[in-house]
Amino acid sequence: MSYPTSMTINGTNYAKSVDPRTLLVHFIREECGLTGTHVGCDTSNCGACTVLLDGDAVKSCTVLAVQANNHKVTTVEGLASEDGAFSPVQEGFRQEHGLQCGYCTPGMLMAATALLKEIPKPTEEEIRQNLEGNLCRCTGYEMIVRSVQWAADNPDGVPVAIGESS
Amino acid sequence: MSIVGAKVIRKEDPNLLTGRGQFVDDIQPVGTTHMAFVRSTEAHALIRNIDVTAALECEGVVGVWTAADLNLPALPGVPGLERPALATDKVRFVGEAIAVVVAESKYAAADGTELVIVDYETLAAVTSIDEATADNAPLLYEELGSNTVAEVPTADDHQAIFDAAPHTEKIKLVNNRCTAAPIETNACLADYGPAGLTVWASFQAPHHLRNRISAWLGIPQDQCRVITPDVGGGFGQKINFTPEFFVAPVLSKILNRPVKYSQTRSEAMTSMYHGRAQEQEVDIAFDDSGKILALRVFASQDMGGYADGTGMGMPVLTTAMSAGCYVIPNVSIAWRNVLTNTTPIAAYRGAGRPEATYLIERAMDHISYKLDMDPTEVRRQNYIPEDSFPYPTHSELAVYDSGNFEGALDELLNIMDYEGLKEEQIANRTNPEKPLLGIGFSSWLEIAGFGPPGSLEGFGHLGSWESVQIRIQPDGSAIIYTGASPHGQGTVTTFAQIASEYLGIDFDKISVRHGDTATIPQGIGTMGSRQVAVGGEGVKNASLKIVENAKSIAAHKLEANPEDIEVTDGNLFVKGTPSKSLTWAEVATFSFQRLELPEDMDPGSLDTTILQEVPNFSFPSGAYACVIEIDKQTGDARIRDMYLVDDCGTVINPLLAEGQVHGGVAQGIAQALYEEFSYDENGQPTTATFIDYLMPGAPDLPSYKSGRINTPNPNNSLGAKGIGESGSVGTPPAVMNAVVDAVRHLGVTHIDMPATPQKIWEVLQGGSK
Repeated sequence: MSYPTSMTINGTNYAKSVDPRTLLVHFIREECGLTGTHVGCDTSNCGACTVLLDGDAVKSCTVLAVQANNHKVTTVEGLASEDGAFSPVQEGFRQEHGLQCGYCTPGMLMAATALLKEIPKPTEEEIRQNLEGNLCRCTGYEMIVRSVQWAADNPDGVPVAIGESS
Repeated sequence: MSIVGAKVIRKEDPNLLTGRGQFVDDIQPVGTTHMAFVRSTEAHALIRNIDVTAALECEGVVGVWTAADLNLPALPGVPGLERPALATDKVRFVGEAIAVVVAESKYAAADGTELVIVDYETLAAVTSIDEATADNAPLLYEELGSNTVAEVPTADDHQAIFDAAPHTEKIKLVNNRCTAAPIETNACLADYGPAGLTVWASFQAPHHLRNRISAWLGIPQDQCRVITPDVGGGFGQKINFTPEFFVAPVLSKILNRPVKYSQTRSEAMTSMYHGRAQEQEVDIAFDDSGKILALRVFASQDMGGYADGTGMGMPVLTTAMSAGCYVIPNVSIAWRNVLTNTTPIAAYRGAGRPEATYLIERAMDHISYKLDMDPTEVRRQNYIPEDSFPYPTHSELAVYDSGNFEGALDELLNIMDYEGLKEEQIANRTNPEKPLLGIGFSSWLEIAGFGPPGSLEGFGHLGSWESVQIRIQPDGSAIIYTGASPHGQGTVTTFAQIASEYLGIDFDKISVRHGDTATIPQGIGTMGSRQVAVGGEGVKNASLKIVENAKSIAAHKLEANPEDIEVTDGNLFVKGTPSKSLTWAEVATFSFQRLELPEDMDPGSLDTTILQEVPNFSFPSGAYACVIEIDKQTGDARIRDMYLVDDCGTVINPLLAEGQVHGGVAQGIAQALYEEFSYDENGQPTTATFIDYLMPGAPDLPSYKSGRINTPNPNNSLGAKGIGESGSVGTPPAVMNAVVDAVRHLGVTHIDMPATPQKIWEVLQGGSK
């Protein structure tokens, strides 16, 4: 049994027929081939699968794909602008070494993006509390905090094209 | 300005920040099938029967196999103690692979595993070293007659010293079982086609895996390719051979289709090798001044259900490093490895050295308790003097290269207000509004930069060197190929920095490639804090060799002597005559053109491969302090500050070095306060998900205050020692010394890790020990 499911991901419409138990994260990764969104646990603790659903951060392992039917999803692939310029949060993570292995990073970026939309100038405490649902095993979090602060301090980001290093 | 030592942002990041990284599960060749395992739900049992009938009928299932169907040889391992790829007649821990299902989708594969029925005959399980070594204990291998699989008694227990000493103290310590838990679990994808086998694996040492898979399958190494694409963290947990990497190629060959495996978290928690799980009996003898006279260590290492070669080595490293930063005239070491019905044990960030540091640094504080001396003074009484290096220890493995342990403590006390904190501590005790305050120190030292010839061979590796190949491209850019296999460390950036420094080629024109046995020279891999100290040294030496040849080419074209050629800002010019110059691009192009070269030089001279060796381990060290606050009502401990002084010798990139320290410290705090992988009395894991296993999140951890001293490593020309494991080695005793310090006034001298609110609360209720 499969259900027709369609949603807009990063501005592109995807229409697929899926098993109703399909998780949103698997719809994104396996059906749409957008593999930037990761899976790190089976209990909704790690947040590696965080995406924006109609602008709100959700863990896409706790949402069924059919629940996102006719909604708008933003994934890590949709953060940079069309010309490749990083979003302030992406640039912040690059400037402040907010990632090491990079596996939790897409989820962190999405959670941080949602946080700054809600609280444009968060305190360190607010950043830590709001990223509580995203686990990182590499950084010890301080540089992630600094990355988010960088983004808050530079809301226009720095227009650096992808692939160009400094 | 030198680029070595500069805060350069990473080349690795743009892909990872845009979803363009490529982890194993992101790779999906046409026709890919999905593999899932039926895992033991029993800790110790005989397998009577496995019924796969229903699973075979499950929609989407391609096939189901048990050990009997595949008749596989045992996995590479400790001779005589090798583990089976799939359990045959017996299971020895919850999570052991019993059967394998391949299906058209992940969901169908999971469905299939649910339908396999395993009939067990449950046996009594042993879940601790005490149980496993008790008289008449149930045996994991009846034929061995014991659960103790290795035992090395002490050569001399120094009892006479203890008998005569003014003070002695006996301490029992438990280094709690942890799991590294990289956020990317174990994953692999095998594609066995007519032209050979390709395995994509989330692994720290691709050639190591390639060599073992090819030997195990009996195929030539040239037809067995292992690719480690982006790897989502390792921490030592991804240098061990688990069944998945071996079973996937077999099934790919049978099915003639790619077979992919991406582990669930609860599988990872029970089947990826755990770390620590070591118990120690420590005796110290000391005089009235706090000088330690003798140290006796007996380390019991829990091996879990199967003895892994690396795991067997953990107490070797612990006992080699037990004397820490101190002059200890008499050291007695002994150890044993004991099987239990739990997940097998191997390396986890620090691998044997956190256990050593914990015991000696807790011992130092016990001296301070007994003599009522300040813990910093006890340490000053015992430090190895700065002018004593190289310093031979009780262990042949450990000849300390360099260090300044007292200097690190001095710097630590510079960046913190110790006197002010001590006053606050006393004031807080009587102020009901304030938490209890604890201040804990750790002067730590570890063995890293693995290693001198023979060292990694002891853990089953081909060699202890690292490979570096540098190829100058015709346009003057450079590609570095290395057997180092990073998974977050930033090696692409640090190696490009070192190469840029010594080649004189712009950092932006240097790429670093790794993780593919088909294109990279035979390498060893990333572990033991070795990348910069071994591989980085190789980058420097390969660069110098290439520059020498480039100078010969330039000298030939510019009609000068090679020794008069200098390299600056991408140009090669004649010393004193900057107008006589060639660009790196021109020299690089000439290097491929016979007619442009000196007679004695062949085309292709700007391409060199080095297997870099080092004469000794390196010994990163430092001094850490933890300031902890304990809620008087609940026993909840929160770290207010961590002060961190590291000595890793030369720093290539301070941004990345800081990141390595932070990550290690976070794991050290996690071990001390939060994490413990535990089992019930039947061997059932009670912490097999991230709900139960308390991996800290951002609100649980502090910001870190850093200082640094630098005693260069004399055994490599960069002077680098390595920093990947420092934080996880130095942190647990600093935190635990702080926890005990906070409740010292209640007569407490010991709390076991992890110092949970419950344990501390019990102590606050008067249960002092």
